[in-house]
Amino acid sequence: MSRRWRDAPLAVAFLAPSLAVLGAFVLYPLGRAMWLGHQRCGATGGNCQSNGWDQYIDVFRSDEFQQAFSVTVRFALLTVPVGLALGIGLAVLADKHLRGMGFFRTVFSSTVATSVAVASLMWFFLLNPSVGVLADWIGGVAKDPGLLRDESTALWAVAVSSIWANLGFTFIVVTAGLQSIPADLYESAYVDGAGGWMRFSNVTIPMLGPTLLFAGVVLTSRAFQSYGEFDLLTGGGPNGSTTSLTYLVYGNNSIIKNNDGLQAAVAVLLFLVLLVLSVLQIRGLERRVHYGN
Amino acid sequence: MATSTQPHGWRLAGRYALLIGVAVLVLFPIWVMVVGAFKPGNKVLQDPLLPTSVTLDTLRQAWRDGNLGRSLVNSTVVALLVTVAQVVTSVLSAYAFAFLKFPGRTFVFGVFLATLLVPFEATVVVNRETIQDLGWLNSFQGLAVPFLATAFGTFLVRQVFLQLPKDLREAARMDGLGHLGFLREVAVPLARPTLGALALFGFLSSWNQYLWPTVISTDDDWDTVQSGLRTLSQAQIDKPNLVIAGTVIVALPIFLILLVFQRQLVRGLTAGAVKG
Repeated sequence: MSRRWRDAPLAVAFLAPSLAVLGAFVLYPLGRAMWLGHQRCGATGGNCQSNGWDQYIDVFRSDEFQQAFSVTVRFALLTVPVGLALGIGLAVLADKHLRGMGFFRTVFSSTVATSVAVASLMWFFLLNPSVGVLADWIGGVAKDPGLLRDESTALWAVAVSSIWANLGFTFIVVTAGLQSIPADLYESAYVDGAGGWMRFSNVTIPMLGPTLLFAGVVLTSRAFQSYGEFDLLTGGGPNGSTTSLTYLVYGNNSIIKNNDGLQAAVAVLLFLVLLVLSVLQIRGLERRVHYGN
Repeated sequence: MATSTQPHGWRLAGRYALLIGVAVLVLFPIWVMVVGAFKPGNKVLQDPLLPTSVTLDTLRQAWRDGNLGRSLVNSTVVALLVTVAQVVTSVLSAYAFAFLKFPGRTFVFGVFLATLLVPFEATVVVNRETIQDLGWLNSFQGLAVPFLATAFGTFLVRQVFLQLPKDLREAARMDGLGHLGFLREVAVPLARPTLGALALFGFLSSWNQYLWPTVISTDDDWDTVQSGLRTLSQAQIDKPNLVIAGTVIVALPIFLILLVFQRQLVRGLTAGAVKG
């Protein structure tokens, strides 16, 4: 056997398990969803037929898709900048060698331990107009009909739950970023007479650049893929005001719930939207690996 | 690195006051839940911030009515399967990409990377169909099999393997170690910290899956803790204290695990654990 082929049998054996799983549950379903997405199905979901590819355009132009797309983008715009800012705030606050700091770091990281179901049910309870503490304190809309049941506040309320749940992740990542900033940079800034705010804006923020890019991209991509929050907190309502793209595909109250063709079409469009984000995500990955830890 | 100037006196007190205030805010939702979980059903509306009346009955009833024992077993089995399988498949494929020479290596690696571009949420419609055709709805296989391998894990372990000194493989070959021996006795032990982080991550992401079990487990006996909470919250919509108690029961194991494995968690998150 030639040198070139000598390792090939072992390589096949080593790669086969991963390739089988990734092929069957990532690549095949993507291809099949693309195919399903162009089929027109009957109103009850059966009797699907190929009929050109214009269903994608129809779906993209439909009011339902446009609304879900807009909900998803607004959800990301509500959660990502605030989540990043709070994460930076907590990390800077905890970035001192003080007695007891380990305890505070554990507390600030703690929300990373909550799953989407746990976090959502917590906030469902807090905001519940009949038993929730927060609903009592806020009063007004929060009491009747409830922040999650009012069209103008529902998305905000879901965003608050999501920001809280992601805070631990952002805190941990930004803290690690802060710890990799060389101390002498701060010292020379101090010697140059830079005050606390100057050191923060001229040393901390620029040095955190790659970390913030990474955290921002991960948070954005999570926001676009959020599903459980909407399912548990609002069920996509009221009146579609929290029907995100994922909820439009999988939600119990979605109008395309029983139509495989339309579900697949929206899922493929979701993939295309996320493709742009994923490219950024992998760039971020390469960067981190490149700089090492 | 922490900044070199340390606060003193009033500034130090102010810093602690701020830290404590923020900690209270972050913990507030958790505190309210825990207090609620220990309240008897008829007292859940009184003093929501203070444990004025304490009972284990609510937790017991949530455990029973929510079928949470069964859900915990399901989640544990599935998460362990996924964890072990992800570590094994990632090590094997990473080894192939890092140490084996074979035609088409770059192309196959490209295929692996391409799978990172596909969000799981976009494939659930078809994956559900596949699982149904296999007869795996409501089963451990159905819940676990799609997650037994990840390109992310392969990518992470490959990076570690590539950073091992080249002479190591040569020296091992001189000692008569073949690929299998080198993998078992040199490569895997040296990659252990990364494998720990990968394992913790596989476990957490499997444990926290929400959409997939709600789609695959149509029978309550096959709920994981996450889809089980959904079932509980829908069945007991008029008994919020049961839902709260169930949520606390489900949250507890992960809090404990993360307290123990904080270091691995930080390593995993900062290595770019993007596939949440």
